[in-house]
Amino acid sequence: MDSLAAPQDRLVEQLLSPRTQAQRRLKDIDKQYVGFATLPNQVHRKSVKKGFDFTLMVAGESGLGKSTLVHSLFLTDLYKERKLLSAEERISQTVEILKHTVDIEEKGVKLKLTIVDTPGFGDAVNNSECWKPITDYVDQQFEQYFRDESGLNRKNIQDNRVHCCLYFISPFGHGLRPVDVGFMKALHEKVNIVPLIAKADCLVPSEIRKLKERIREEIDKFGIHVYQFPECDSDEDEDFKQQDRELKESAPFAVIGSNTVVEAKGQRVRGRLYPWGIVEVENQAHCDFVKLRNMLIRTHMHDLKDVTCDVHYENYRAHCIQQMTSKLTQDSRMESPIPILPLPTPDAETEKLIRMKDEELRRMQEMLQKMKQQMQDQ
Amino acid sequence: MDPLRQPPSPCSPRPSSPRTQSCEMLGYVGIEAVLDQLKIKAMKMGFEFNIMVVGQSGLGKSTMVNTLFKSKMWKSTLPGLGVPTPKTLQLQSVTHVIEEKGVKLKLTVTDTPGFGDQINNDKCWDPILGYINEQYERYLQEEILITRQRHIPDTRVHCCVYFVPPTGHCLRPLDIEFLQRLCQTVNVVPVIARADSLTIEEREAFRRRIQHNLRTHCIEVYPQKCFDEDINDRILNSKIRERIPFAVVGADREHLVNGRCVLGRKTKWGIIEVENMAHCEFPLLRDLLIRTHLQDLKDITHNIHYENYRVFRLNKSHVLPRGPGWVNLAPGPAPSPASPQATPRTMKVCRWTQDNSDDEC
Repeated sequence: MDSLAAPQDRLVEQLLSPRTQAQRRLKDIDKQYVGFATLPNQVHRKSVKKGFDFTLMVAGESGLGKSTLVHSLFLTDLYKERKLLSAEERISQTVEILKHTVDIEEKGVKLKLTIVDTPGFGDAVNNSECWKPITDYVDQQFEQYFRDESGLNRKNIQDNRVHCCLYFISPFGHGLRPVDVGFMKALHEKVNIVPLIAKADCLVPSEIRKLKERIREEIDKFGIHVYQFPECDSDEDEDFKQQDRELKESAPFAVIGSNTVVEAKGQRVRGRLYPWGIVEVENQAHCDFVKLRNMLIRTHMHDLKDVTCDVHYENYRAHCIQQMTSKLTQDSRMESPIPILPLPTPDAETEKLIRMKDEELRRMQEMLQKMKQQMQDQ
Repeated sequence: MDPLRQPPSPCSPRPSSPRTQSCEMLGYVGIEAVLDQLKIKAMKMGFEFNIMVVGQSGLGKSTMVNTLFKSKMWKSTLPGLGVPTPKTLQLQSVTHVIEEKGVKLKLTVTDTPGFGDQINNDKCWDPILGYINEQYERYLQEEILITRQRHIPDTRVHCCVYFVPPTGHCLRPLDIEFLQRLCQTVNVVPVIARADSLTIEEREAFRRRIQHNLRTHCIEVYPQKCFDEDINDRILNSKIRERIPFAVVGADREHLVNGRCVLGRKTKWGIIEVENMAHCEFPLLRDLLIRTHLQDLKDITHNIHYENYRVFRLNKSHVLPRGPGWVNLAPGPAPSPASPQATPRTMKVCRWTQDNSDDEC
C-alpha cells in the first residue's frame, strides 16, 4: 500500500516545495505535471477499502454441473447443505430462486459474491414459461435499485442487480433446444447472458467445434443478444489482441467442472478420473474453463457490471419512467409544459406506519373529546 | 432357452405338463434329430426382430443402433450437424436384413426424433403408444382372418430401449411418466446414455437412484420379475436386474489401441473403448439384446403383451364368445400387465396356457 502512496506523495512534495528559479527552469517539465496521473491509484485504494460486489446467476437444466462449476470457479463450497430432490419431489416442483452470498478475500481485496441459483428450471414435463420466475426476479432487483436510487437516503444502496447470467447448454443436443431459445430471448435485454456448453468432457474435439458453430449460428438466427466482449483498443499490444481474438473465437465456452483433486503425472490437479484417462479442468487443451475464469473474474468482471448499469438498467429505468409518465398524462388529461417527474411513491412499510400514526392521533383526539364532554356533564 | 426355437402358439400345451407320465426309452430312436430339423427350417425362414429407440435428441440413439448391429443402419447425426428437431414427434422405421453364419435376421429399427425436445412435453408419449398398439392391431387383424397367411409378418415392437440422459441425479418426471405407461405394453430396457460423462462412482450412485425410483413407481422393466420361469432364469435375470440400467457409450469409428482396432471415441485425455467392460457396459447390453435374450424378448411380446392387447380388444368388441376361456376384464384405457398380486378375477395370461389355472404365472 505504501509503495503505491509513495509516488503520489513524492510528486506532491516536489510541487509544493520551494525551488530556486534555476531549478524551476530545469524542472519546467514538472510544471506540466498537474498530478492527476495518480488518480487511478487513488481509485484503486478507495475501491480496495470499499470492496467489490458481484452477482452471478446460473441457469440451466438440472444435472448439467452448475454447482460443480461454481465450486471450481470460486474454489469455495457454497452448496454444502444442498439436498438433491428425489424424482417424486421433482414432479411437483416449480422453479425457485435461491441466493447464496459469500465473502471472499484475496490479497486484501474483498469480494462479496452472490450466486443466484435456479433449481427446477426445465425439469418438468411442461416447461412453458418456466423462465417467468427468473425474469420476475431480475425485474424485482432493478425495481428495488430504481426505488433506492430515487429515494432520499442514497448512502448505502445495496446493489442486488444480476450482473451476469451463465446459461448452461446441454452438450447432448444438436444445438439450442426450444427451452434454451425461450429463456435467452426472455432475458437477453435484461441481463448479460454468457452461454456455456456444460459437461464438455463427453465430446470429442471435432464434436465441440461443430456444436459451437451450430450454437453461434442459431444465436444469430434467433436474434439473441448475448454478452459481447468489448473491442480492444488499437494501441494495445499484440499479445493482448491475440488473447482477445482467441476469447471471441471460443465463445460459447465448453467447460468442465470438478470439485475433486486427482493425481495426474505426479501432480495434484483439479479434475475428473475416468478409467480411460484424467480430465484436467485447468488444462487449456482439455476445456475452456481457464478462459471462462479469466474472462469472468480477471478481465471482464468490471465490464459486466458496467454493461448491467449502463445498458440493461438504463433500459429498464427508461421503460419504467415512460410507463409512469404515460399513465400520468392519461390520468390528468392535460398537457403540462414541463414533463412531470414522478415522486417516488413511499413504499408499503412507511405508508403503513403513516396510517397507523394517523389512526393513533385520531383515537387520542376522540378520547380527549370524550373526556371533555364527561367533565362538562359532571 | 433354445434361441432357435420358434415362438409357440399361445394355446399349445406345455411340452412336459405334470399330468403325462414319462416312460423309459429302450433304445435310441432319434427324437433329438428334431432339433436339426428346426434349425434348418429356422435358417431358411430367417428371424425378425423389431427394436424401438426412444430418448431426447443427441443421446446417441442412432450411433448405439449402429454399434449394436455393427452396420450403418442409420446415418448417425453428429452433434452440431443434425437436422432441426421436428416440432411434433415423428416415428421413422428402417428395415435391414443382416446375415451372420448363414442366419438371416430381418431387423427393423424405429426411431423417435423429437421426443422430449419441446418446451411442453405433455402427452409426447401418445404417438409412441399409438404406434405400438397399431402394430398389435395389424397382427390381430391378420390372425383373425379366415384364410390366414402361413407366416404372419411380425411388425410388433419386441423391445424398446429407453435412453436416460446422464444427469447424475435421478429420473426426471418425463422419464417416469413415459416408463410407467410403456412398461405395460412393451418390453422396456432403460439405459444410461452418453455414460462417458460420468465417473465410475457417479455411475453407480446414479444407477442405485434410478433403481430406487423404478421400485417406488412400480415400473417393471425387462427382464420382468414375474415372468421368470424357473430358478435358473431367476438367478440369471437377477444378475441382469442388478446392473439395469446399463451405462453405455456408442461409437461407430475405429481407432488403434495397442495394435488392435477398436470401436471407440478418441478424446484428448484417452480413448474410450466401447467393448471394454472396464470403460462402459455396452457388451452387457449387446449380450442381453442379441446374444442371450433376443428370443425371450420375442416370446414375452407374443405371449404376454400381445395377448393382453388381444383380450382387451376382443372384449371391447364382443367378438370372443363367452366360454370357459373368457375372463371378466373391466374396460380400461390400457391393459395392465399380468401380476400374481392383482385382484383375483383378473386375467392370468401365463407364459404357456390360458386355461391351466394351476400353473404359476
